[in-house]
Amino acid sequence: MNFDFSDDLKQLRDEARRFLSEQATPAVARRALDEQERYSAELWRAMAEMGWIGAAIPEDYGGAGLGYEGLCVLAEEIGRAVAPVPFASTAYLAAEAILLAGSEAQKREWLPRIAEGSVIGCFALSEGTGNPDPRTICARAVGGRLSGVKYPVTDGGIADIAIVVARDEAGQIALYLTPLAGVARSDLKTIDSTHNHARLDLDGTAAEKLGAAGGWDQVQRLLDRAAVLIAFEQVGGSDACLQMARAYAQERYAFGRPIGSFQAIKHKLADVYVALELARSNAYYGAWALAADASELPLAAATVRVSATEAYHLASKENIQTHGGIGFTWQVDCHLFYRRAKHLGTTLGGAPFWKDRLVSLIETRNAA
Amino acid sequence: MDFNDTPEEATFRAEVRAFLQANAQPKAGTRPVLRQSGIDAEGVRRCKEWQAKKADAGFAGLTWPKQFGGREASPIMQVIYNQEEDNYVVPKGLYEIGLGMCIPTMMAYAKPEQLDRYVKPALRGEEVWCQLFSEPAGGSDLAALRTRAERDGDDWVINGQKIWTSGAHLSDFGIIVVRTDPNVPKHEGLTFFFLDMKSPGIEIRPIHQMSGARHFNEVFFTDVRVPDAQRLGAVGQGWKVSLTTLMNERLAVGDVQRPDVDDLVELARTVRLDGQPAIRNGAVRERIAEWYARSQGLKFTRFRTITALSRGETPGPENSIHKLVNASKLQDIASYGIDLMGEAGIVMDEDLVEAYGMFQAALLSSPSSRIAGGSDEILRNIIAERVLGLPGDIRVDKSVPFNKVPSGNR
Repeated sequence: MNFDFSDDLKQLRDEARRFLSEQATPAVARRALDEQERYSAELWRAMAEMGWIGAAIPEDYGGAGLGYEGLCVLAEEIGRAVAPVPFASTAYLAAEAILLAGSEAQKREWLPRIAEGSVIGCFALSEGTGNPDPRTICARAVGGRLSGVKYPVTDGGIADIAIVVARDEAGQIALYLTPLAGVARSDLKTIDSTHNHARLDLDGTAAEKLGAAGGWDQVQRLLDRAAVLIAFEQVGGSDACLQMARAYAQERYAFGRPIGSFQAIKHKLADVYVALELARSNAYYGAWALAADASELPLAAATVRVSATEAYHLASKENIQTHGGIGFTWQVDCHLFYRRAKHLGTTLGGAPFWKDRLVSLIETRNAA
Repeated sequence: MDFNDTPEEATFRAEVRAFLQANAQPKAGTRPVLRQSGIDAEGVRRCKEWQAKKADAGFAGLTWPKQFGGREASPIMQVIYNQEEDNYVVPKGLYEIGLGMCIPTMMAYAKPEQLDRYVKPALRGEEVWCQLFSEPAGGSDLAALRTRAERDGDDWVINGQKIWTSGAHLSDFGIIVVRTDPNVPKHEGLTFFFLDMKSPGIEIRPIHQMSGARHFNEVFFTDVRVPDAQRLGAVGQGWKVSLTTLMNERLAVGDVQRPDVDDLVELARTVRLDGQPAIRNGAVRERIAEWYARSQGLKFTRFRTITALSRGETPGPENSIHKLVNASKLQDIASYGIDLMGEAGIVMDEDLVEAYGMFQAALLSSPSSRIAGGSDEILRNIIAERVLGLPGDIRVDKSVPFNKVPSGNR
């Protein structure tokens, strides 16, 4: 049994953690939070130079060829740092969509530019309230032109290209790639403004279908793969919350003793630890399934989606609670994680969607 | 990442499989063993027979020194053996404490001639051991125990009471920690012995558990004489020796008890709710998904522990997570499964009720899982203090002589 990351990847993780703790401090996330910038272009460039954006893109297409386990390791650290960069939109969704569905020509055209950081991507699925469901997709692609309204689209206001879920002339769902220059888009105010979110008004926008195939299954496969990677961000964020709460509980005194010596705090943080470790272990399995392109991937993805979403919600809210009143202020960083937890927990569909999907997958497996 | 054995592990696994195939019945398709009742005479006979067979084939005491019949194998081999044995119906419940805790403590502290006398019969299952730690006044706060031993010539004389002693009524020998000096703080006045459970003055009374079983006992000591030669560790060092015993408990990589989430899924497919299988109901699906994620999370946490063992690392206090999660999950799944069955969920007749009464049996036995071997509260303290590094509790009894510590009315 070798259910752990390799020493090389652990080294990559340590380097990433060191880099981000210096270059992606909370002050950087706060510039986005306070709307001074929509993302950190400086951090984005550095990530591109280090080969992070193309970590899982094969070297043939200009990537670093570190594989999915490498991307998972980086995702955990980016989540830990609440880094204000369009990493998930670009690396887990746009690049993955092209890898999954794109033609050879499309891969050659777009992946190298994504890997080098010159093209930011986003994924336009939602059309307002609701969880992923083919029946809600109204956007249409007619004669190579897209029309429809997509919101919220994470990083939609800063992206260069969008991967859009839309119907073709026959009503069949497919993935379309469209450059966003000239598309009408407006930024949205959301609970997590450390990421840009936008509404796209597609009105006859030129687009190309990714590859020849299509279908909702393709969309779901993309969601499954992204769910594993997002889970690592959730695990990293949960761990950051636990470490923050732990540090505060050791230094904050009340009733003449550190608050961390009270069982009310200890047991709360022990429960956070348990939720985090369960999520982490499920994430490791997801990483294995993703890297091995195993048939277990859908089940592994839904499982870790459920446990990582639960862990981050718990860790981020109990971090505020452990801090008490000061944790509710704008100046203390607790809320950055609380906001990010809810953003990540809904971005590919919320917990009710994934729980239902998980049980469907268990039923399918048991019937086999 | 992979789930493969090393070549050495694979060879060992094949050897284990061959042994089990030749000697035991596969579990697949058989009824789960509910263990509602304790072990009867026939159960003891079958346990002894199986243990002797295991020892003869070299699968007992895998990690022990060769001179005592072990293989000096790494802990991962024990995990592999347990994984494989779990696929077979084999008698259990008689030797876990003796071989898992008592004999390892003996190995750390007993004299060579005592080890020559006691280890092999224990390994072959000819002699059964129990562990006499908990007391009415000392459970989670083990060091608050009051059973005392006083020196009398070459002997010590023990008076007092132990409780929750698994298998005392079936045991030949026991290890015991007692108070030899009440005038010093609680941890400093303890001393550790092993003793013959047939010694005059020992009275064993089974405890009738809420589940109906009688697995634990109260053990009363009235002027029980134990030779000083059976002392383990120095006088006053009993706490340190106890920690050796408890350390061995932690190496256990939590078994999954049933019903688990797969049993709940199966149940939800058969029972009906609102005119359709319960599993079609959104609320039921949500609960199943949450337990599945926890159950899988624990399974893969176990895989991470096994990976560490395989690399020769020793599991630390983080291993407390297994029992902490398993025990509550078991209790909650049992309760929810019964709810799904409606009024008939209270029926315990194995032939009438779904899953052979597994849910009902677990409802009544699961409260003990959250208490025995470190309560949920103690495990959370361990995680908070020893994994997360939070400060210890304020201990008002720490530097006070034991006989001056407030004890309430009980």
